[in-house]
Amino acid sequence: MPAVEVDRLVVRYGNLVAVDGLSFDADPGEVVALLGPNGAGKTTTVETLEGFRRADGGSVRVLDLDPWSDHTRLTARVGVLLQRGGIYPIMNTERAVRLFAAYYENPLPADELIDLVGLRSVARTPYKRLSGGEQQRLALALAIIGRPRVVFLDEPTAGVDPAGRIAVRNIVAGLRNDGVCVIITSHELDEVQRLADRVVIIDHGRVVAAGRQGEIQGGSEELRFAAQPGLETGELSVRLGTHVSEGPPGEYLIPVPPVPALVAELTAWLAEHDLQLGDLRAGRQRLEDVFLRLTAPVVDEPTDEVSALAPSSSKQQGRGGTARR
Amino acid sequence: MKHRALRAQVGAETRMTLQRGETLLVTLGIPVVLLIFFTLVPVLPTGTRHRVDFLAPGILALAVMSTAMVSLGIATAFERSYGVLKRLGATPLGRPVLLTAKIVSVILVEITQVVVLVGVALALGWRPHASAGLAVIAVLLATVAFAGVGLAMAGALRAEVTLAVANGVYVILLLIGGVIFPLHELGGLARFARLLPTAALSDALHATLGSGSNATEGWVVLALWAVAAPVVAAVTFKWE
Repeated sequence: MPAVEVDRLVVRYGNLVAVDGLSFDADPGEVVALLGPNGAGKTTTVETLEGFRRADGGSVRVLDLDPWSDHTRLTARVGVLLQRGGIYPIMNTERAVRLFAAYYENPLPADELIDLVGLRSVARTPYKRLSGGEQQRLALALAIIGRPRVVFLDEPTAGVDPAGRIAVRNIVAGLRNDGVCVIITSHELDEVQRLADRVVIIDHGRVVAAGRQGEIQGGSEELRFAAQPGLETGELSVRLGTHVSEGPPGEYLIPVPPVPALVAELTAWLAEHDLQLGDLRAGRQRLEDVFLRLTAPVVDEPTDEVSALAPSSSKQQGRGGTARR
Repeated sequence: MKHRALRAQVGAETRMTLQRGETLLVTLGIPVVLLIFFTLVPVLPTGTRHRVDFLAPGILALAVMSTAMVSLGIATAFERSYGVLKRLGATPLGRPVLLTAKIVSVILVEITQVVVLVGVALALGWRPHASAGLAVIAVLLATVAFAGVGLAMAGALRAEVTLAVANGVYVILLLIGGVIFPLHELGGLARFARLLPTAALSDALHATLGSGSNATEGWVVLALWAVAAPVVAAVTFKWE
């Protein structure tokens, strides 16, 4: 049974849909990263799993409990690292660790934990006078002090110095060995590649790709084409029976396997409207490519996708992926 | 298990309260200075034979307000803005235990204040009469009322706004709460002032510790605030 299950989750803030039908799960002993640009819905998803928000649609389960209605039963078994803050500014490291230890039935020994996160030398320093990396390590210590079975780390390496990053990595590795399920959010591809067993890429509250490290992920077979900007994607969507979207102006994505019938239908529609086809590419994408495209600020930058016209790019092979095409 | 968490939380809350210099100034420094200054310097129309007989109960009312409303409200507001309340919400501590810890911590600080202020007042020649038991009940009712007001501010306003409002209210209620100026000297303002919890508490304390006068209105007002303020706080409080 998965430790964390998210099934078609929807969360809204008023009219804004922050999470839009998101699904993934994670097993005990597995480290899963939610990767995506800022505002993609990662934190909202994690906060729903932590029981801070209620799902507006779909369902979430943590250790087979509902984080909202069974919140008090879950708190003893779940560790949390908030994106920022969460600790009394004037409380020192040691007192914070001992205070949190008192909340749990069978906490990790305070002294061992302080040594584990390398904060012995600042044990008497108030939280507000710790460096960013030290603050993060303390928050991390408090997240694992209760021997949790599931840990949520929201942006654990954001703004953290190299020593802090190494501490995060070591602790995550330790949790994995102990069979703890770890969910990490991040907008940094490199960090996620170091930390996670599996990556779920999120944008606009949806999963756009998911898979293991270095894997070509199976779910994103697609057809992309270029044409003049501002096509009637609604009309085309109806015609093709799927959702056609325009990414950067003039670049269109059809998120279904590019069977010949689909290509024929697309070209027929373009012909009827007397539109020129600029480019037509079919294939699967590597996670890195999906993420880089999501976060790429530039429109005209040539992207790395597997292309029907240019079967491979040197850059992609240069990354040494196990790409099967 | 919950007892261990409660004990640890009470210890942490109390230690942090006593660690904050600005809090000590408002909860102990100002009351002690006002008590000594206005007892020794005859500028106030206290209307009692010894000035300290009027000042001591009023200053005790001020002390309760400073801890239960100002100190609790401001500390909680900043805990909210720092994400501390949210983080605690993800631990097994639980909101009822957290709230209990805060109330117990407030009462511990109040006991400290009472010991210091009563000691100073006695040294200044205060001779309290009558029922300390009733005075304790008045203080507990007022603690609940002021805590409700403080938490209502902390749970709805930004931390900086809570800081400003709580200190502003402290000064205003110091002036019109029967703390250093007798209510009957306030003219038309007294009618309004008597509806506020500080005047109600100082009335009740003047009656129980001093004159033995009738403070029925004060008790009623105090009881109403003790019910209404926590309800408002509970309904409007936002944890993050």
